[in-house]
Amino acid sequence: MHVKRSILGVGVTLVAGALVLSGCAGAGAGNTSGGKTTLTLATVNNPQMKDMEELKGEFEKKYPDISVKFIQMEENDLRDAVTKDVATKGGQYDIVTVGAYEVPIWAKNGWLSDLTQATSSKSYDVNDLFPPVRAGLTSGGKLYAVPFYGESSFLMYNKDIFAKAGLTMPERPTWDQVATMARQLKTPTQDGICLRGKPGWGELFAPLTTVVKTFGGNWYDSKWNATVDDAKFSAASQFYVNLVRDAGEADPVSFGFTECLNNFSQGKSAMWVDATSAAGSVEDPKASPVAGKVGYARSPVKETKESGWLWSWNLAIPATSKKKDAAETFVKWATSKDYQKLVGQKLGWSRVPPGARTSTYSIPQYQKAASAFAPITKQIMESVDPKNPGVEPQPYTGIQFVSIPEFQDIGNQVSQDMAEVFAGRSQLAPVLAKGQKLAQAAGDKQK
Amino acid sequence: MSTTTPSTAATRIADGPPPQPLPGPAAPPRRGLRRLGVSRALLWPALIVSIVLTQVPFVITIYYSLQSWNLLRPADQRFAWFENYARVFSNGSFLSSLLATVVITGSTVVLSTVLGLLFAVLLDRPFRGRALARTMIITPFLIMPAAAALIWKWSMFEASTGMVNWGLGLLGLPSVAWNTDVPVATVILVLTWQYTPFFTLILLAGLQSQSRDILEASSVDGAGAWRTFTSITLPHMRQYVEIAVLLGSIQLVQVFDPVAIMTRGSGGTKTLAYLLYERAFVGLEVGEAAAYGVITVLVTIVIATVALRTLFKVFTEGTR
Repeated sequence: MHVKRSILGVGVTLVAGALVLSGCAGAGAGNTSGGKTTLTLATVNNPQMKDMEELKGEFEKKYPDISVKFIQMEENDLRDAVTKDVATKGGQYDIVTVGAYEVPIWAKNGWLSDLTQATSSKSYDVNDLFPPVRAGLTSGGKLYAVPFYGESSFLMYNKDIFAKAGLTMPERPTWDQVATMARQLKTPTQDGICLRGKPGWGELFAPLTTVVKTFGGNWYDSKWNATVDDAKFSAASQFYVNLVRDAGEADPVSFGFTECLNNFSQGKSAMWVDATSAAGSVEDPKASPVAGKVGYARSPVKETKESGWLWSWNLAIPATSKKKDAAETFVKWATSKDYQKLVGQKLGWSRVPPGARTSTYSIPQYQKAASAFAPITKQIMESVDPKNPGVEPQPYTGIQFVSIPEFQDIGNQVSQDMAEVFAGRSQLAPVLAKGQKLAQAAGDKQK
Repeated sequence: MSTTTPSTAATRIADGPPPQPLPGPAAPPRRGLRRLGVSRALLWPALIVSIVLTQVPFVITIYYSLQSWNLLRPADQRFAWFENYARVFSNGSFLSSLLATVVITGSTVVLSTVLGLLFAVLLDRPFRGRALARTMIITPFLIMPAAAALIWKWSMFEASTGMVNWGLGLLGLPSVAWNTDVPVATVILVLTWQYTPFFTLILLAGLQSQSRDILEASSVDGAGAWRTFTSITLPHMRQYVEIAVLLGSIQLVQVFDPVAIMTRGSGGTKTLAYLLYERAFVGLEVGEAAAYGVITVLVTIVIATVALRTLFKVFTEGTR
């Protein structure tokens, strides 16, 4: 009997324990002790952020009464932990890294401190930030976050493969040209192109949404009516699926950013349309056999002039932080021109965080270290338009995402159903019809 | 609703048949009663802890499940009665996830049982290097599920460089886009690989507890190996198979890692655990996720009650 009860007890504990979805996110709030302020910074564990942690000693040397504690997390965990903390006004973090998607949403909820005043000094030079990136972080004329690094998307191609096939890549290719070349270059051992197919709003729907927009489609029209099942959205999706099935990777559901990076670096894909920040890894001779043999072109288009996306990882201060002054000091330091130079001098010029400041691209050492892709990255970062990326006007700011809270859920669900289309188990129409319903429900809340 | 309902209900039913009258004095003396009071009092701290840890969160979850609450829309939070439950039952995700869970768990258990029995029989025979073979065969079960899923994703199932497709190529078979074309089979395959050792272990213990005398007697009576296996070993193994199936099912129902890492819930692999995760952490719909949670608990209590009852029957039969 006792044995039975204790086993049952354990069982019930496990079941109920698994249900605590709103558990505590762990303690970790910094304290002010002896005149010294400790800031807690929650950040995504990307290489650029790790570099920032490595250099925090320099900051603490310069500001001896402030110390910074880093909490590094994987992207999804960070999103979850920070959202929970900020939404429930937990106040654990003084500084958080926030993606471009969340900044306008969080700003609207009043979760982020206004940084307009703090960044207005001449030495900080807020006008040096890439204008499209800054536009995405501004809400109601106020700046709520500052970019630590940013990226757009472009087309990377393997010059060796192109030379062997006698093909040349135009500087501004169209999707039709790219599709023709990809089909031509596809062999049993080599993919013509690598495009993300892995379910997830930030995986498949990052590139696919840019394709939809350059085909003249969008998730919503200017009055928040969903347009997921219209002719343009569906033509773009069908084009994307057909291209992947004919000339892309064999197992699209497995393929996201990392997998495409792997394939392209190994010379197994002739082309790859993805983040400009991938170039750093592609050009790293230690990790990539194709380093030095990669050409770069603008992201392919159809009806628009540009189709690169826009993403940035930004530093922001939650409204709940009680150490705003110290936090502002750190945020300004980490996104300043001097920080960029510091990274170059201490860690190497190729590790300077890209895509945040225009002036980065005029540092001679950086120009040399990133000569293959820096100029085109700068051109793209300056010319993409997150307010009006498609053919028709849209009611939100954002290129590869819709900046409403429901988008990550909608994008995720539709992308899972798209996997069925990639596999040939389902037609496109019912998938988009379902997506239309989801999107309309979310759009109605915006009206 | 009483806070202790789930556990008492489960306990009551899982207790099985009413207890037989115990032998001994019919009425305990007074001193014994007082001692009983003391020992009951000693149980209180543990009971309070378990109530705080299990029942309070459950009640809070029920409360959340009645709220309309998207984490990113704090201004719209409101009491929504049974809206979330209505949505759970009307949008069809729950039933398809339940089906996915049953298909994946069921197929894995059947495959692991058959393979586990095969390996157990092989490992039960004396041969050189048996200890080494046993250790090696258990290894997959010791690997962290997330690591196992990553190994399979990158080294085994990768469409162009994976070993499975390479092997198929050697046999002259076309390569397979595992996660895209056969996602359910892919997940089942990884889980079977991982759980077969667990089944093997339990079944091997069963084989080793067989009485050698009976086996000897059967061979004296002229029964061949197959006859001995089907008439003596298999009936003896029944309760071990039952235990393995039950414990394996309990663990497999919670499967999450291969789904999250390999198929991302696509192609009929969205198990209940993954659906819950998505509603809570991708959808950020606290209310809806809580409603899924409450329903999952109710379903689990029903299934667990039946399963635990069987489990205890197996245990008590085993000690008879």
